[in-house]
Amino acid sequence: MTITVSPLIIFLASILTSNMILSNFLGMCSYISISGEYKTASSLGKSVTLVMVFTTIINYWVNKLLIVPLGLEYLQYILFIMIIAASVQIIEMAMDRLLPDLHVKLGIFLPLITVNCAILGTTLFMVIRDYSFIQSVLFGLGSGIGWWLAISALAAIREKMGKAKLPKGLEGPGIAFIITGIMALAFIGFSGIFSIT
Amino acid sequence: MVILTTVLSVTAVSVALAFIIIVAEYFFNNYGECEIDINGGNKVLKIEGGSSLLSALAGQKIFIPSACGGKATCGLCKVQVLEGAGPLLPTEEPYLTEDERKNHYRLSCQVKVKNNIRILVPEELFNIKEFVTTIESVTQLTHDIKGFKFKLPDGETVHFKAGQYMQLYTKPYAKVKESVYRAYSIASAPSDDGIVELIIRLVPDGICTTYAHTQLSEGDQVNISGPYGDFYLRGDCKEIVMIAGGSGLAPMKSIILDVLEKNIDIKMNFFFGAVTKKDLYYLDFFHDLAKRHENLRFIPALSKPAPEDNWDGEVGLITEVVDRYIEDCSEMEGYLCGSPGMINACLSVLNKKGMSDDRIFFDKF
Repeated sequence: MTITVSPLIIFLASILTSNMILSNFLGMCSYISISGEYKTASSLGKSVTLVMVFTTIINYWVNKLLIVPLGLEYLQYILFIMIIAASVQIIEMAMDRLLPDLHVKLGIFLPLITVNCAILGTTLFMVIRDYSFIQSVLFGLGSGIGWWLAISALAAIREKMGKAKLPKGLEGPGIAFIITGIMALAFIGFSGIFSIT
Repeated sequence: MVILTTVLSVTAVSVALAFIIIVAEYFFNNYGECEIDINGGNKVLKIEGGSSLLSALAGQKIFIPSACGGKATCGLCKVQVLEGAGPLLPTEEPYLTEDERKNHYRLSCQVKVKNNIRILVPEELFNIKEFVTTIESVTQLTHDIKGFKFKLPDGETVHFKAGQYMQLYTKPYAKVKESVYRAYSIASAPSDDGIVELIIRLVPDGICTTYAHTQLSEGDQVNISGPYGDFYLRGDCKEIVMIAGGSGLAPMKSIILDVLEKNIDIKMNFFFGAVTKKDLYYLDFFHDLAKRHENLRFIPALSKPAPEDNWDGEVGLITEVVDRYIEDCSEMEGYLCGSPGMINACLSVLNKKGMSDDRIFFDKF
């Protein structure tokens, strides 16, 4: 039997206590490589949020109307990935046409996001945890905001750190991983507030 | 049964997604007819919007130089876009200097034509033409370098400055499904206008070099376009240093032939570096030229001659050889063509010998 968790709790928990990066360590590749500059990192975070919301909505209905009725659970990964890739393309095209200013800021990141495992992770968590539609949307939104928060924080710290003297071997990804670890420890502090599994 | 449903459902979903993308493309990527105004009304083209400026212009037979094929990695396809380009993209930023940004320079492969657009293109680019050529001969110069002679259609000529390059277009072959193009320097002299010689080294897994080496033979038809590039003899001096490695010999050959034919009074020191003797080519050709012309000094050098080479010429990295031969080159110009590593090393040697950066010209590949 599933215990119904309030969508609001899911939303907040996915930002703070079950953060995609800081507690699930998903979507690390772009998180580490595009966190050198705060402005770009924040744009990437926004695009991830956007794509997460869209793909959870689409994948929710695909799962409910296609995968479960036809018993195709074993094809979940392939189907979800295909749908994510296609919807990212469509979002990019639509954005280029309808919101050109936004496309300049976020558009170039969209193809990168297609292969971001946090996006697939969000969809899979949604399926495994058997969320309702409202829960899924808020979970997608929360996970995206959580990812955005984490990458913005890391980028801001790395920008400050640009002035610091680092041991040569730690420059770049090395120090980013250490910062991420410390940030993850700090986020454990939130875990008493609420939790979702 | 399981296999059947799997195949069917994956196919059905792919078809549905493809269909949705096509529909979306039709609605979103359809910008109608756009006008490209070149050089203040000199030429006005009408094209279907939605593609990049680079490919839109190429479709109208105006060829902007590009070595990477539109992936924003070479930074060669700069044009001045006065109006209608939209904001500067982060992909272009690394290739544009402060001055270029002020003067509205953009990478034409990244600018999408969505509305009427006004651009400035250097007049000499109109000189660039596309040719359907026939391969006259293919010569195996070394174990991985081939020389190709392309015969232009009767009556057509290519007007180029010695040192410039052409682009070679591949046709789909083996696993490569689309046509690509890459840049290769012209090795023949400008006076030889019915024929273009390109020297191509086989790069492991290189799409275009593999095509040239495995698919092309005498009599084949190949599309090339050009000339492009700003690597050519400036000639504002009495003596020059030329350093080439591998297929970097091509533009040097063209420049040397041009200088000798036109009797330009410039002394040329041509250093040609390779690893072992089997990597050297055109040796007799240049030795012979050097014997007949006082203005040319030809110095081939091997960095690691094999015992069986019986090499009695210069040994060492090409930079060390240059170091031995050239005393003071503050009054000379430098022309370099080869790998980035070689060029960077040569730059520092030439700088050390007194040559300033603005007198050194190079083609990195």
